[in-house]
Amino acid sequence: MIPELGLLSLILALCIAVMQAIIPLLGAAYKDPQWMGLAKSASWGQLTFITFSFACLGYSLLTDDFSVAYVAHNSNSLLPWYYKFSAIWAAHEGSLLLWVWILSFWMTAVSLSGKQLPESMLARVLAVMSMISIGFLLLLIITSNPFSRLLLNTPVEGQDLNPLLQHIGLIFHPPILYTGYVGFSVVFAFAIAALLDGRLDGAWARWSRPWTLTAWAFLGMGITLGSWWAYAELGWGSWWFWDPVENASFMPWLVGAALIHSLVATEKRGTFKSWTVLMAIATFSLSLLGTFLVRSGVLTSVHAFAADPARGVFVLTFLLLVIGGSLTLFAVRAPTLKSHIGFGLLSRETLLLVNNVLLTVAAGTILLGTLYPLILDALIGTKLSVGPPYFNFMFVPTMALLMIAVAIGVLTKWKDTSFNKLKHLLTPILFISFFLAAVVAMLQQRLNLAAVSCVLLASIVILAGVRDIFDKTRHRGLLKGIAGLGRSYWSMQLAHLGFVVCAVGAVLATIGSSEREARMVPGSAIELEGYYFQFEGTRQSQGPNYISDLGLVKVLRDGQEVAVLHPEKRIYPTRQSVMTEAGIQAGFIRDYFVALGEPLGGGAWAVRVQIKPFVRWIWFGALMMALGGLMAASDGRYRMLSRLRSFGSRAFGTQS
Amino acid sequence: MKRLLLLLPLGLFLVLAAVLYRGLFLDPSRLPSPLIGKPVPSFLLSSTNDSSLSLTQDDLKGSPALINVWGTWCPSCREEHAVLNALAKQGVIIYGINYKDDRADAQRWLKNLQNPYRLTIHDADGSLGLNLGVYGAPETFLIDSKGIIRDKYVGAIDMRVWHEKLEPIYHKLVAENKQ
Repeated sequence: MIPELGLLSLILALCIAVMQAIIPLLGAAYKDPQWMGLAKSASWGQLTFITFSFACLGYSLLTDDFSVAYVAHNSNSLLPWYYKFSAIWAAHEGSLLLWVWILSFWMTAVSLSGKQLPESMLARVLAVMSMISIGFLLLLIITSNPFSRLLLNTPVEGQDLNPLLQHIGLIFHPPILYTGYVGFSVVFAFAIAALLDGRLDGAWARWSRPWTLTAWAFLGMGITLGSWWAYAELGWGSWWFWDPVENASFMPWLVGAALIHSLVATEKRGTFKSWTVLMAIATFSLSLLGTFLVRSGVLTSVHAFAADPARGVFVLTFLLLVIGGSLTLFAVRAPTLKSHIGFGLLSRETLLLVNNVLLTVAAGTILLGTLYPLILDALIGTKLSVGPPYFNFMFVPTMALLMIAVAIGVLTKWKDTSFNKLKHLLTPILFISFFLAAVVAMLQQRLNLAAVSCVLLASIVILAGVRDIFDKTRHRGLLKGIAGLGRSYWSMQLAHLGFVVCAVGAVLATIGSSEREARMVPGSAIELEGYYFQFEGTRQSQGPNYISDLGLVKVLRDGQEVAVLHPEKRIYPTRQSVMTEAGIQAGFIRDYFVALGEPLGGGAWAVRVQIKPFVRWIWFGALMMALGGLMAASDGRYRMLSRLRSFGSRAFGTQS
Repeated sequence: MKRLLLLLPLGLFLVLAAVLYRGLFLDPSRLPSPLIGKPVPSFLLSSTNDSSLSLTQDDLKGSPALINVWGTWCPSCREEHAVLNALAKQGVIIYGINYKDDRADAQRWLKNLQNPYRLTIHDADGSLGLNLGVYGAPETFLIDSKGIIRDKYVGAIDMRVWHEKLEPIYHKLVAENKQ
């Protein structure tokens, strides 16, 4: 009964979504306030019904209702309750439900912020979002019903959740990642609404910015969690695989970062209007494309758990309508957008443009690398795989250039910056940075150019940030001036610092890692970089739905114990699969990492030990970027303006 | 001119959509490989464990076997390796193609994680993999005693895959061979 109610509830949500996609648009065209107002209550309606449906699936999972196919395939009565619940988004059908549930949250959030927006704009934005909702609800109901039953052959026991997914990462990673993915639908809807309206000004950019920043921050946190999860769970000690599914989430993040920057230029200077709109469309399109790549099984990867051409055709048709439609609208309407504002060759506008080009190029090369095997296959039938070497070769230099652009960009002014002023600001920075790099190069036993250039670039970006703080406060004095710099400014500094921390972590973790594999008997030890990894043997242990060999490895340095690690080899009987849980001790400077390989008889094991320097910096830096995004989104400016508006002041676009 | 430029994103997207559409029906794990029913492509490569030993397609003939494409750079191969070890213990004949890999890394892997392979072909530049239409690793081919490819599985083999998909075919091939 409950699952049927869940499906019914989805169908009701679809009916509301159809209304919400049509009536408010008509209302906006004919200036009918009641028709426009319908969008708000309809958003609440969708939220209510989809939440109910979501709860129904959760209920079926928690009560082990194996007559529901989704529950039978993805759960098991022995599974701990939190994994039963998280199994909602562990496979195709449920994660689509999560997608559309989050979309209904975003819609409701937009409808709540409505006081800042003109009624017609709000109506159009919500209608556009509802169209997306229709697509996903149809996809759910027609091709991927999570509530379909196995009434004839109801299994007594479920097939269990894929052991790879039984990790705390599953609980948090998909909801946060999807919040980001789906959040870009807001800025997309704003762009479409503005194109329909023909009004694209500073105000439009200002409305879009907090939404974009929030979505981008969530996407960043989601990717970070995913990377950490892969590191801990795959037992491999690698934090990024350039796997198609990772790439699918990384591309909208990169383009989203470009969008954030071009929105600034559009808001403050009224430039790059068409480009910003295109970026808004591209960001969400890449989110949808990510869904397509993951859900259709076009690309085989570790993650692709749903391979079904029928679904693929559906999603592709949907993509064609949404992306094709919005790009057509763009091609028709963009010529009417004109930016008359000129800017000098050496100006913040130019540097933001450089930033956008670099980020777009980075996303483009990833797209090409992800799809290249497929394109080649479609054209000439040759199968080829593009591995990490391609991505690293293309991506790393682009990011190095981006760091230079960040450093110069922070120091330049809008409109025009004189070359002499910039030279004055940059000279000491370059001097100190090259000095630091030279010191690092000297200290190294074996010269590593990657490390040296990384230190050089990181130092340039950080010093440029510091220099800018001094420069901005030179008139009022440092202490007074710092207080007056504002939240957006600090959030920018934080995010840029996060970028540097992340980049430094990535470079150092890549070049500084060391590892050894050895056959170890209990009591034996191996040495790695002055650390002794002492294997104390394994013991059998029983988990809720698995049996495991739990190992104990002590890490010693100069006789002192620095870490105790518990690597594990689990066997999940239901799926007959073996999982490696690495034993990791996290540290600011380095991680100790131990994974059990195979039992070699007599208590001996193949053991793989690793020392990964600065690997935490990657995630720490990424989180700083996300935090910077959230901080900027919460800047009081956006709320202040709504208050100003309610006094009837039309102050939009006049701020510099 | 500017209008044409603004149409460019749409054009690019349509091209992409067309490729994706074709891609839907090209999925390697859905479509049987065009190589099924054909002999293993000819090759002359060295053994991973012994660079002086050269191997050809004829070394794979004699009895039905699995040909497993793997690399130390591939995370799922590590999980799969345990399954292959178990199968080898049961007497299943497995050949390995060490695909786009470093010889020293691969040797260390085989030493530490046990070697389930009767022979391992060192395909450093991926030429054999290319001829086999390998999309990525791991991939596994089933061949009969004459070295004809009879089936193919993309992705890591676990016990379930083995019991449900590959074992029946393997046993059929073994039975064929006995006749």
